Amino acid sequence: MAQIFGDYVDEQPTNVEHLIIGFSPTSIPLKQRWRNNGLSADFLADYLQTFFVGDDEEINIRAEIKSAVSYIANELLENAMKFSDDSVDYATSIAFHLHKDCLTFYVRNSIPKQNVLKFHRFIEDLLTQDLSDLYIKQLEKNAMQDSAHSGLGFITMIQDYGALLGWKFDSLMKEEQEINTVTTRVKLELPVKANV
Amino acid sequence: MEIKTEDYTVRYDEATATVSCAGSLRLSGMEEYAPILHMLNEAAEQQTDALNLDLRNLEFLNSSGINVLSKFVINVRQRKSPQVNVQGSKKIPWQGKSLKNLQRLLPTLELSLE
Amino acid sequence: MDSWYTGVRTQNAQIFGHYIEEPPNNVEYLVIGFSPSSIPLKQRWRNNGLSADFLADYLQTFFIAEDAGDIQISIKNAVGYIANELLENAMKFNDETAHFPTSVVLRLFSDQLIFYVTNSIKPESVEAFQLFIQRLLSEDLEEMYINQLEKNACDDYPNQSGLGFLTMLNDYAAQLGWKFDTVNHDTGLEVTIVTTMVQLNVPTA
Repeated sequence: MAQIFGDYVDEQPTNVEHLIIGFSPTSIPLKQRWRNNGLSADFLADYLQTFFVGDDEEINIRAEIKSAVSYIANELLENAMKFSDDSVDYATSIAFHLHKDCLTFYVRNSIPKQNVLKFHRFIEDLLTQDLSDLYIKQLEKNAMQDSAHSGLGFITMIQDYGALLGWKFDSLMKEEQEINTVTTRVKLELPVKANV
Repeated sequence: MEIKTEDYTVRYDEATATVSCAGSLRLSGMEEYAPILHMLNEAAEQQTDALNLDLRNLEFLNSSGINVLSKFVINVRQRKSPQVNVQGSKKIPWQGKSLKNLQRLLPTLELSLE
Repeated sequence: MDSWYTGVRTQNAQIFGHYIEEPPNNVEYLVIGFSPSSIPLKQRWRNNGLSADFLADYLQTFFIAEDAGDIQISIKNAVGYIANELLENAMKFNDETAHFPTSVVLRLFSDQLIFYVTNSIKPESVEAFQLFIQRLLSEDLEEMYINQLEKNACDDYPNQSGLGFLTMLNDYAAQLGWKFDTVNHDTGLEVTIVTTMVQLNVPTA
C-alpha cells in the first residue's frame, strides 16, 4: 500500500553503477552529527568523479556535476536528519545510481506518522504550483518568520538544477512497531555521458 | 568583525564596505545562522550608500543559507538602502544557478560573476 | 545490507580466526555498498582512499571526549589505514565476473570498532588465500612480517603479499577473522564471497 507522488520508480541496483551509504539510528544530538551530512554529500560527489573522465574542456562540466551532487545530497540528508522519526529503529540510507545519461538519488528515512499528511500537501503544492512563484513566495514568507522548514531545498533542486523529484511513502512492521517511511527520488540529467 | 570556524569565514570590513563569505556554509537552521544574519544586517545599517557582498570563495551554501541571504536582501529592500553589490565566481557552479534569485527579490541588486 | 542486495543466502560457511557474526543493529554503524564496476581498476583505485577517509572522518562525530585529541587522531589514522587496506584487497581480489557488490560495515561499540568487508572472490583463489590465513594464524607474525618485506623487496610485483593484514595484526593490534561462503546472487549465479572482520580495541568512545 505504498503511495507514490511525482516522478518515482524503484530501481534494482544489481547491474547499475551505484554507491549506497546506510546510517544507523543514533542517540547522539542532531547538532553534533550535523557535520556528517556535509561529509557524506562531499564523499558521494568525490566518488562520482571517478566515472567522468574527459579532456580539459569537460573540467567545467565535471565541476558542475560535482557541485550539483554535493548540493542535492546534502539537502536530502539534512531533510532526512531533520524529519526522521527518532523513536523508531530504522536506518537512513542514501544511494546514487549512475546511468549513462542520468543520475538518480534515493534517500530513505523514517517519518513520524503525524507528519505524513503535511508532507503530502507540500508535495502536491510542489507538483501543481508555478515553482518560480512558489520559490519567491517561500523566500518572502521565510523572511517574515523564523521558520524551520521551507521546502526550499526541493524547490532549488527543481528550479536551479532541473531535477525531477518523486516520493514513495510506505510503512512496515518491525518488532510489533509500525514504522512509516519515505523514499525521495531525485533524477538529474547529466550534461555529459558517464563512463559506465 | 569576523566569524571563523574550521569550515567557513564570514568577515565584515567596514573600510571597504564589504562582507565576505568563504568556505562551506551548511549550518542546520536559522538559529545557527543568526550571528551571520546579524552581521549582514548590521553592515547594511552602517553602510548607507553601498555594501559589497563578496561570495567569490564561498564554495558551498545549503538551502538554509540561501534562506539567510534572502532574508538579508528582503530586509535591505524594506529599508530601501544600501545598494547591494554581490560578487560571485563562475568557477563555483552553484553560484551561477542560485544567486540570480536574489535579484528577483531585490531588482536593484547588482550581481557580477567573474 | 540485506534490504538493499536481494537474493543473498548463505550456505556452507567456513570460518577462520577471530570471527563474530554481525551483531544486531543496536549499535552505531555505517554501511557503504559499491557496485562491481566495469571501469578499469586503475581509474577507480582512488575510491578506496576516498571511502576510507570518509569512514575515518565520519567516525570523529562519535568521539568528543575532552582532551582526547591524541587518541582521536590515532583512531582516525587507524580507521583510515585499515579501511583502505581492506578496500584495496576487496578491489584486487574481487571476482569481476560475479557482478557482486562490495560492502563495508563499520560498527562502533563503547570500547571497540569492528569492520566487516564483504566481496566476491574467484573460486580458484580461495585455497591460496586460506593457506595464507592459516599461516597468519599459526606463525610468528613479526618474523613473517620481516620475511614478507624482504621478499617484496626482491619481487617486482608483490601484490599478493598480505602485508596489509600483517600490519593490522602487528602494528595496530587488531584481531582478524574471515568467513568464506557461497551465495545465490540475484543474477542467478552462484558466487563465492569472503567477509573479512577486523576488530580494533579503542580507548573508551
